[in-house]
Amino acid sequence: MSLLQDAAGPVLEHAARPEGDASIFVSLHRWLIPEAFADQVPTWFVALGGIGIGLGLLIGLISVTVMFCVWLERKVSGHIQCRTGPMYAGGWHGWAQSIADGVKLLTKEDTVPKDADRTMFWIAPAIVLASIFGALAAMPISYDWWFGRMDLGVFAILALSSTTTIGVVMAGWASNSKWSLYGAMREAAQVVAYEIPLGLSLLAPLFALGTFSLGEASALQSGWFGMKWAIFTNPFLLPAFLIYAIAALAETKRAPFDLPEAESELVAGFMTEYSGIRWSFFFFEEYAAMLLMSIVGAFFWFGGFESPVTGALRSAGVEESSLLFGFVCFGTVMLKGLFGIFLMMWLRWTLPRVRIDQVMTMGYKYLTPLALVCVLGAACWEALVHALFS
Amino acid sequence: MDPKLQQSVFYAVLALAVVAAIGGGLITHGAEGLAFGLFASFTLGGSLMCIWERSVVRSAFSLMATFMGVAGLFVLLGHDFLAMAQVLIYVGGILALLLFGVMLTPPDLTERKLTRVGGAIVFVFGGAGLVWNHVQSATRSLAVLPPEELAEATTQDRAIGLAFLHPEQYVVAFELAAFLLTVALVAAVYIARRRTEDFEPEEAA
Repeated sequence: MSLLQDAAGPVLEHAARPEGDASIFVSLHRWLIPEAFADQVPTWFVALGGIGIGLGLLIGLISVTVMFCVWLERKVSGHIQCRTGPMYAGGWHGWAQSIADGVKLLTKEDTVPKDADRTMFWIAPAIVLASIFGALAAMPISYDWWFGRMDLGVFAILALSSTTTIGVVMAGWASNSKWSLYGAMREAAQVVAYEIPLGLSLLAPLFALGTFSLGEASALQSGWFGMKWAIFTNPFLLPAFLIYAIAALAETKRAPFDLPEAESELVAGFMTEYSGIRWSFFFFEEYAAMLLMSIVGAFFWFGGFESPVTGALRSAGVEESSLLFGFVCFGTVMLKGLFGIFLMMWLRWTLPRVRIDQVMTMGYKYLTPLALVCVLGAACWEALVHALFS
Repeated sequence: MDPKLQQSVFYAVLALAVVAAIGGGLITHGAEGLAFGLFASFTLGGSLMCIWERSVVRSAFSLMATFMGVAGLFVLLGHDFLAMAQVLIYVGGILALLLFGVMLTPPDLTERKLTRVGGAIVFVFGGAGLVWNHVQSATRSLAVLPPEELAEATTQDRAIGLAFLHPEQYVVAFELAAFLLTVALVAAVYIARRRTEDFEPEEAA
C-alpha cells in the first residue's frame, strides 16, 4: 500500500502542477484571432482552424525531417560503401537531392494495375500515412508544447502505429500481384510477432518511471544535471533497450528485417505496383516510423528533453515555460531521434537480410522470453531500491 | 439489377447519408456534433459495407472503419484509455489476424442475400436512431456527461491505473489476468514450436 503510494507520489505531484493551455493549436489560434473578435467567431470554426493549424505544423515538421533523413540515408550508405552519395543537386554535397526527388515523384504518372481493386489501392497509402501521423501527434515538442496532450502517451503511440499494418496488407491485397501479397503477408506476420517484445521491453522503463506520458517520463529524468537518464538508474534497462531496438527495427520494416519489401526477392514487396507520389507515401511512413521509434526510445531510456544543456539552463534560472527552454527541449529530443535514425541506417548498410523463419524464431523464441525476464528484473530492482533507500 | 450499378447506387446513398449526418451534427451542435456525425457514420457505414460487399476481404477491411469510429465515440465520451485499448486490440490485433485468415480463403463472390436483408434492417434502425438522436438532442449537449465532469473523465486514465494496482480494489484480478495471458503466450509458443520428430531434413539431391 505505502509502496504504491510512494511510487505514485512524484508522478501525481508532477501532474498536479498548473498546466495552462498546453496544446499548440489553442495558443496559436489565440494569436491568429484578435481578442476583440473572439466572441463573434463560431466555436466550430475555432476548433477546425486549430485542428488545421496543428495538422499543418505536424505535417510540415515531419516532412522536413523525412526529407533530411532520405538525404542522410544516401550519404550514410554512400560513405559506408566507400562512395560519396549525391553530390550535384543544390551544390553543397547534394543537399537538394530530396527536393529534386520530390518534384520527380509528384510529376510521375500515377499508375493503377488493370485488375487491381481501385478503391482500396487508393485508400491504402492514406491509411498508412494517417496512422503514423496519428501516432506522431501524441509526441510532445517540449514540456509546454503538445499536439495532442494525453496521459496515455506511449500507449496511444503503440496503438495508433500498429494500424499501419492494416494499410500495408490492404496495399498488398489490392495490387493483385503475387509479389505484393507475399510482402503484405510477411509484413502482417512480422509486425504481429514483434509487437509483443516491443510492448514488453517498453514495460521495463515504465516500471522504472511509473508513467505512460512522454513529457512526465522526461521530467522524472531531470536530476543529476540533466543526466539522470532511466538507463543509468536500473541495470535491467540496458538489455530491455537492446530488445526494444531490435523489435523497433522489425516494426519499421528496416533492414535486416526488410522482408516485406525485400527488393532482391519480391521486386519491391507490398509497394511493387505503386508509382509516383503514392509510392513515396510508403517511404514517408517508413522514415516517420523510424523517427517515432527513436523518439520513444529517447524518452523512455535516454532522458527525453533532458541533457546537460537543459541542466545548465535550469541552474541559470531559465523558466521551463520560456521560449528558449522550449526550443532547447525540442532540439535535444530531435537530435536524440536523429541519432537513433543514424544507428538504424548504419545497421541497414552493415547487416544482411535475415530469413523469414529466422525472424519468427527470434521474435517468439528468444526476444519474448528475454523481454519477460527484463520486465521481472526491472520490477524487482525497483522494489529492492525502494525497500533499501526510502 | 446490374451488380456494378447496384454498387454505385449503394455508395451514392451511403455518401449522401454520411454528408447528412455530418452536416446535421455541425448545424445542431457545432464542432462536437460534427465529430459525432463523422464517427457515427464511420461506425454505421463501416458495418453496413461489411455486410454489403461481395468480397470477403473488402468486408474485413471495412471493419476497420467501424472499429475506428467506435474508438472516436469513446474519445468524445472522454475515455481515452478505452479508445486506445479498442484501437490496439481490435484494429492492431484482431483485425490483422482476421485478415490473415480471410486472405488465405478462396474468393467467394456469390450473392449474400440474407446478410444484405439483415444489413438493410440494421441500417434502417441505426440511421433512424441517429436522426432521432439529432432531433431529440438539438437543444442539449450531445455529451452524456456535463462539461465539468467530462473534463474530469479525461484525467481518468491515471485513476484507472491506480485502481488496477490498489490492494483494496482490482490488484488481484489484474495480476491474475496478467498471469493468465503470460501463460497463454508461453503455451502458444510451446505448441507452435517445431519438434525434431516433425522435421525431416530434405534429401540432398
